[in-house]
This record gives sequence, C-alpha cells and structure tokens, in this order.
Amino acid sequence: MKSKKLALLAFTITSFFSTGVMADDVDSSFVLKRIQERGVINMGHRESSVPFSYIGKEGKPMGYSIDLCHKIINQIKEVTGKKDLKINYVPVTSQTRIALMSNGTIDIECGSTTNNLTRQNQVDYLPITFITGAKLVSKKGSGISKIEDLDGKIMGLPLGSNTEKIIRGIAKKKGLKIKYIMTKDHPQAWLTLESGRIDAYAADGVLLYGLISKAKKPDDFQVTDKFLSYDPYGIMVPHDDSTYRRLGNVVLADMMRSGEILKVYDKWFNPGPTGINMPISNRLKMAFELQALPH
Amino acid sequence: MNYNWNWGILVTDPYLAWIFSGLGWTLLVALSAWLIAFSLGSVIGIMRTADNPMLRTIGAIYVEIFRNIPLLVQMFLWYFIFPELLPQEAGMWVKRGIPMPEFWTAVICLGTYTASRVAEQVRAGINAISQGQRQAAKAIGLSPAQVYRYVLLPISYRTIIPPMTSEFLGIFKNSSLALTIGVLELTAQTRQIEEYTFQGFEAFTAATILYIFVTFMVMFIMMKVEKKVSIPGMTSLGAK
Repeated sequence: MKSKKLALLAFTITSFFSTGVMADDVDSSFVLKRIQERGVINMGHRESSVPFSYIGKEGKPMGYSIDLCHKIINQIKEVTGKKDLKINYVPVTSQTRIALMSNGTIDIECGSTTNNLTRQNQVDYLPITFITGAKLVSKKGSGISKIEDLDGKIMGLPLGSNTEKIIRGIAKKKGLKIKYIMTKDHPQAWLTLESGRIDAYAADGVLLYGLISKAKKPDDFQVTDKFLSYDPYGIMVPHDDSTYRRLGNVVLADMMRSGEILKVYDKWFNPGPTGINMPISNRLKMAFELQALPH
Repeated sequence: MNYNWNWGILVTDPYLAWIFSGLGWTLLVALSAWLIAFSLGSVIGIMRTADNPMLRTIGAIYVEIFRNIPLLVQMFLWYFIFPELLPQEAGMWVKRGIPMPEFWTAVICLGTYTASRVAEQVRAGINAISQGQRQAAKAIGLSPAQVYRYVLLPISYRTIIPPMTSEFLGIFKNSSLALTIGVLELTAQTRQIEEYTFQGFEAFTAATILYIFVTFMVMFIMMKVEKKVSIPGMTSLGAK
C-alpha cells in the first residue's frame, strides 16, 4: 500500500515536471488559451523543405520539424485538457510565415527557419534543433572550391535570405567582384545552375545536398566544405508568450536530455527517407547537450 | 495582432535606398516594355484589320499565342527555354554575354505580352470606325498606307485612349512578375526587406502606396493626353 502511494507520488511529481506547465497556467498564455477555446491548433509548415517540413507522398506534411512539433502538440493536449485537439495544417512560405504568425493565423511554425536576433523582434524561437550554414554548389570541373574562386564570375543567391546577406558581406570585405543573380526559389536556382547561367549557387548546406540528391546527374555537382555562415534552425512561436514558449522548451529539453531527439534525427537524416544521408555533426550533438537544461 | 510595428525601418539605411532602387527598376522595366508593347501592338493590330488575309492570319496567330499563355509561364519560357533553342554560342551570349540578361528578358517578355493586348485594342478601335470612312478614303485615291495614316489611325487611337490607359497601368503592375527571374524591382525589394527585418507589413504598405502613386500619375497623364488630343464632335468627350 505504501509503495503504491509512493509510486503514485513519484508519478505525480514526474508528470508535474515533465509537464512543466501547470493547467492553471493556460490562462496566462494567450496562445494556449486560444487553442483551448478553438479546440484546434494551427500548425504552419513548409511544402518543400526536405527533410524538415514537406508534403509527403500521402499528401500530408511530414519531416523532422513536423515530428518535433507533434511532440510539443501532445504536451499542449495535456495542458489544455483537450485530448481531441485537432491539428489544422497551414502551408507557409518564407514570405508568409512571419505575417501569418504575427496576425495569429498559426500557433507554431515547423519548417526550416533560421533563428536570428533581428527576427526575434517579431517572433520567439524554441531551442536550436538543427545547425547549418551557407555553402556553394557548382559543377564539377568549374574549379570552385572556395568563395575567392568566384571573383569575376556569376553567382546565384536566394532572394531575401540570410545567405544572401552573409555572402554579399563576405565578398565586399574580400573585395571580390562577383555578379549576383537573385533567384526566387531553390528549384529555379538549380535550373539556372544547370543551364549555365550562373557558375555557383549559395544556400544552406543541408538544402544543397537535398537538391543534389534530386538532380538528374548528382555526380556532376560539388559542394564546398566550409560553412560561410552560421544558420541555427528553430521552431518559431508567437512573440511575448513566455508560458507557451516554455512549454516548447521543456518538451525539447526533455528530448535532448533523454536522447530521444537523436532517434528523430536519424529517422530523417541518417539516411532518411529521401536518402540525404547526413549523420549528425559534432556541433549539433553538442548543441543538443548544451540545451538539455535540467528541471 | 501580435506585431511590433516599426515604421522607422522604411527610412533606415539601406532599406530606403532599396525601395527607391526597386521603384526605379519597376519604372524602367514597365516603360521599356511599353515601348515594345505600343509599337509592336500597333503593327499587329493594324495587320489584323488589313485587306491582305495573310497579314490578318499572322496578326491573329500572334495575338492568340501571346494573349493565351499566362504571363508567369511566358517569363519562364523566355528565361529558361528560349536560350536553349538558340545555337549554343548564341544561347550562352543571351544567358551571360549581354549586360543584365534578366532585365532584358523581362522587358521583352512583358513587351510582347502586352503588345498582344494593345493589338486587340487597336483592332477594336479601327473596326469601330464605320466602313464608309475607309471606303471614302480609298475613293479619293489614298493608298492603303495613307488610309491608315490619315483617316483610320488618328480616329481609332483617340477612341481607345481609355482602354489603352488600362493596359498602360497593367504593365506597371505586371512588371512585378519580373522578380521571378531575378529583377530586383519594387516587389522584390519589398520582399527582401521583409526577409531581412521581418517588418513585412511596413514594407508592403510602402510598396502599395508607391504603386498607387505611380498608377495615379499614369491615369492623370493619360487624362491630360485625352483632353489635349480630343477633336470636338468626334469623340464622346468632345461632344459634351
């Protein structure tokens, strides 16, 4: 009997800690409150950010970020007491994600969004779940192994990206004369590279590997080794709702501490359903360890 | 709404310069394309009303092709497919040899597309003139070219000023599609600012106001033109 009570106590304590957010706290979070009232959570997702967030063959959003979000949503179900919480998938693009989050259309964004300080004026982020950086892709035999090799050449950059900002900065500092062509999206950039309009294209390394894996002749392309920028990805949540943000922090910290996040990582990246074949980097592993805050 | 407004961003360096550079490209693309649209459109429109059936057919084919393919698709065809159809060296020259390939591609695409719409306005304007005018002009011994130059075109161009204004406005708005092939015009710069600062609402508001300003200017100028060239008794405007 005593042991039963103890077990119950232990269970209560652990569930209290693992929940982190108490049920009364729902009132102090405008996001949790509106989720509870509607009985629906609106999840923003990307359509082609492989393998983070994309539309799978079954027509449903899937990916690494989506899986992590589902973990958080399970916790939201607990806290709001809505076991039958419905998930409403809202497709977003890099242009619409911020507006849709600001105006309250989406409650969480599960994509491939870089966490930077400027953006934190508008939105908040959960812990870093992936680390990448800008790299250059070019045709083999083009002799491009670092950014200096692009002096006097033509280069494609994703319009309005973090990458663009960084590359322009580096080129300016090094005094490189590079002609830039702005591309609207990755598939289009790939076309300009394949057709020889540009000599190299810069984007987040992980996305370049994804593009190459889908190319007609993957062996014809090469990616530079060095990261030219630091792009930590994070799940985006509405600004100024610390209760809600903390709920996400707790779920992710728990996953990082228990190592569960490594399993999710391997499912999508090693080798992953799209064959991207990216074993976890030491840097990301370290980031997981550092962010696994204790209770 | 949970949004931090910051209108100051619009006058911050370098964003203010971006907006004006974007506006500059928008005007440059639209006005250059309009030169093509107006001249080519007039020629095609006249061809569609010519006596020669061959010319009429060519005109009709042009209009149907360029009017029936979505402009966005045309942008892609010109940018990605057209250079591949040329001999390799010429294709390479189009892709990288000429200065600002994206700009010229956008101008040609927008110009040829709008030309098909202008052509239809011109044709409508000419057809709106009663057959008697054409026959009378021929009867006094004018050559076909003279019939158009002195009788048909002066009347029809005046008649079609209002729909032509719409086309002229359209070309400014459609020029925003040039961003899809990398021209950093107003909409592209706006997106750029949004991505850099996440202050999209401010940037798009500024762009909206600038577009409206430009189109109002166009409308104002076209109204002036219409007043100035109207012949009393000839058009409804002159009759009042």
